Amino acid sequence: MIPLSWYLLLGAFLFACGVTGFLIKRNIITLFMSIELMLNGVNLSFIAFATSLGTLDGHIFVFFVMVVAAAEAAAGLAIIISVYRTRETLNVDRVNLLKL
Amino acid sequence: MKLFFWQPWLIPILPLAGALINGLFGKRFAKSVVASIALFFTGASFVVASAHAYTLVHSGADALETSYGTWIRAGNFSVDFGFYLDHLSLVMMLVVTGVGFLIHVYSVAYMEHEGGYYRFFSYLNFFMFFMLTLVLANNYLLMFVGWEGVGLASYLLIGFFFLKDSAANAGKKAFITNRVGDFGFLIAIFLLIQHFGTLSYASVFRIASHLPVETTAGLLTAIGLLMLVGACGKSAQIPLYVWLPDAMEGPTPVSALIHAATMVTAGVYMVCRSNPIFSRAPIALLAVAIIGTLTCFFAATIGITQTDIKRVLAYSTVSQLGYMFMAAGVAAYSASIFHLMTHAFFKALLFLGAGSVIHGIGGEQDMRKMGGLRKYMPWTFWTMLIATLAISGFWPFAGFFSKDEILWQAFSSPHGSKIFWAVGLLTAFMTSFYMFRLIFLTFTGEYRGALPEAHAAHGSHDDHGHHGTPHESPWFMLAPLVLLAILSAIGGLVGIGNRFEHFLDPVIQNVSVEQSSAHLAEGAAAAEPEGRPGESSGTETLLKFVSVFVAFAGLGLAWFLYVKSPELPAKIAAASGGLYKLVLNKYWIDELYSVAIIGPLVAFSRVVLWQSVDQKLIDGSVNESAVAARDVSQVIRQQQSGLVRSYAGWIAAGAAAVVVYMVWMGTR
Repeated sequence: MIPLSWYLLLGAFLFACGVTGFLIKRNIITLFMSIELMLNGVNLSFIAFATSLGTLDGHIFVFFVMVVAAAEAAAGLAIIISVYRTRETLNVDRVNLLKL
Repeated sequence: MKLFFWQPWLIPILPLAGALINGLFGKRFAKSVVASIALFFTGASFVVASAHAYTLVHSGADALETSYGTWIRAGNFSVDFGFYLDHLSLVMMLVVTGVGFLIHVYSVAYMEHEGGYYRFFSYLNFFMFFMLTLVLANNYLLMFVGWEGVGLASYLLIGFFFLKDSAANAGKKAFITNRVGDFGFLIAIFLLIQHFGTLSYASVFRIASHLPVETTAGLLTAIGLLMLVGACGKSAQIPLYVWLPDAMEGPTPVSALIHAATMVTAGVYMVCRSNPIFSRAPIALLAVAIIGTLTCFFAATIGITQTDIKRVLAYSTVSQLGYMFMAAGVAAYSASIFHLMTHAFFKALLFLGAGSVIHGIGGEQDMRKMGGLRKYMPWTFWTMLIATLAISGFWPFAGFFSKDEILWQAFSSPHGSKIFWAVGLLTAFMTSFYMFRLIFLTFTGEYRGALPEAHAAHGSHDDHGHHGTPHESPWFMLAPLVLLAILSAIGGLVGIGNRFEHFLDPVIQNVSVEQSSAHLAEGAAAAEPEGRPGESSGTETLLKFVSVFVAFAGLGLAWFLYVKSPELPAKIAAASGGLYKLVLNKYWIDELYSVAIIGPLVAFSRVVLWQSVDQKLIDGSVNESAVAARDVSQVIRQQQSGLVRSYAGWIAAGAAAVVVYMVWMGTR
C-alpha cells in the first residue's frame, strides 16, 4: 500500500505548483487554473486523510470544495469576460483597480 | 404677582436680561431703543431692590436668606445658589442699583456720538448683573463668580475704545493685576473649604465665632491676609493699585460706575462681610489698616501733581478706598461702609462732572487747558463744587460725616492708633487741596483751551468730536448730576447720632472689646477700653473741628496757589526739584514694576516658555511625531500597489510563516 505521506507530498506539490503559477503568471485565465490546481492539491490531502482515518468527513469536505469551485468558476469566468470587455486585456497587472 | 415680584433673584437677573437683549439684538435697534431697554432693566432692578430693602427693614429680621438649590456637591461639601440679604448687602445693593441707574441715564447722552452704543449698554448691564451677584451671594464661591464677572466687565469697558492701544493695554493691565489679587482670594476660599468644610456665610461665621481671637498668626490670620490680597487687587490698594489710574482710558461713565462707585468697593465689602473672621485675626486686621493708611496717603500725594482731570479723580479714588480700608482695619466696619456709600455718591458725581467738562470742551482732559468753565457750564460747576465740598469733608456735606467717623474710629478704636489718625488727617488736608486745585484750575480764571478755529488740531481724547466753544451738557447728563449732588449734600445725614452704625449692627459680630484689647495690651492705642463711650464726646467734637479746619486749610492753600498767585506752583515745583519729579511720575512705581516683575516675567515667558517649551518641546514633539508617521507611511504605502499577484504573494508568505511557526512550535 502506498503510504499516506506520498499522497500528502503530491498534494503539497500540486498546491505549490498552483501558488507558483498564481504568483508568476499574468494571464487571468492561467491564474484561474492555478487556483483550481491549489484546490485540487488540498482535495487530495482531504481524501488521503479520510481514507487513512476511515471517516467520511474528508469526502464531504471535498464535495463542498468542488461545489464552491464550480460556482467560483462560473462567477470568475463571468468577471473575466467583463474585465476583458472593459479593459481589452487579460493581463492582471493592468487591472490594478484595487489600488483605489 | 406679589410673589413673583418678591423673588430676590430678579434683582441681578433683570440687568442680565437687558445685557442679553442689547448684546444679541442691539445692533439692529435704534439708539433710543437700546437706551430704553438698558434704562428699563436697570430701573426695574432698582425698584425691586428698593422693595426688598423696605421689606427687610420693616420685617425687623436680621437677614433673609433664600436658596435656589444646590450648585456643587462633593462628598460632605456643597455649595448653593443662594442670596443673602442683610443690612450690609442691602446698602450695597441700593448703591449699586441706584447710582448705577443714574449713570445709565447719564450715559444715554454721553455716549450719543460714540460707536458701539448697544455694546456699551450691554456691557454696562452685564456689569450690574455680576456686581449684584457679588453683593447678594450667600457664599464665598458665588461671591467669587460675581467678583470675576465684574473684573471681566471692567476689562471689557476699559478697553471699550479697543482701537486705541492705550485703552486695550489698560484693560489688560487691569485684568492681569486683578488676577494677582484673585489668586489670594481663591486660596482663602480653598482654606475655608479645607478647614471649615463650607463656604456659606452663615456657617462660616458660626464656626468662626466659636474660635478664639488669634494673638499669633494662625488659620484665621492666613485666611484674612489672603482675602486682603484679593481685596487689594479689586479695590486698588498698595501694592496692586497701579491698574486703576490706567483704567481711566475707559469712557467716563464707566470710570464713574465701575472705577469709583461700585466695583472697586467690592474689596471693602468683602472685608466688611468677613468681619467675623477679621475680628478674630488682629494681625490681618492690622495689615488691613496699615495698607489702607499707606494707600490713602500715598495716592493723595500723587493726586496733587496730576494734570489729567480723570487721573486726579482716579488717585483720589484710590486714596478714599484707602480710608475705607483704614476704617475696616480698625474694626470700624460700619464707618467703612458708610464712607463707601457717601463716596459712591460724591465720587460718581465728580466723575460724571468731569465727563460733562470733557464732553463740553471737546474731549480735552488736561486741566491746564481748561479754566473759566464756570460761566460756560454753571450746572456742572455747582454740582461738582458740592461733590468737592463733600469729599473734602466740609460740614454738613456727606463726606464730612463718613470721613470724620473714620478718623474718630482710627483715633479711638481699640484696634486704632494715633498714627493712623494723623496720617488720615494729613490726607484729608491733601484731599481738600487737590480737589480744590481741580475746581480752581477747571472752573475759575480764564479759559486756556483753544477756541473754535484751532480746535481741530488736538486729537480728541475720548473720541468726542470738536465742539467749538465750551458748552453745557444736555439735560440727560445734568439730571443725574443734580440728583447725585443732592445725595452728596444730604447723604451724610443718615450718620448723625450713629444711626447708620446701628443700622449695620446686625451684620457686625463684635468680638467683645475686652477680649481683643487684652491681647492688644501692648499695642499702640490702648485708648478708651470701652470703645466709644459718652465721656469722650468732648474729644470727638474737638477732632471734628480739627478736620473741618484741615479741610479749610486745604481749600485756602489751593486758593492761594491757583487763584491768588498762579505762578507760585511752578516755582515750588522747580524748587523742590527731584521730589516733585518723583511724585509727578507716580514714584516710578509703574517703571519699577516693569523692571522688577514684568520685564523678567516677559523675558522668562519669551525665552523659556515660548521659545523653549512651546516651540521646541510641544510644537517639536507634535511635528516630530507627524514626520515620523509620514515616513513610516511612506514605506508601508508602497505595499498597496493594486497588483493582485503581489497581494497573493503576501498572503502566501504569511501562510508560509504560519506554517513555519507551527512546525517550529511542534518540534520544540
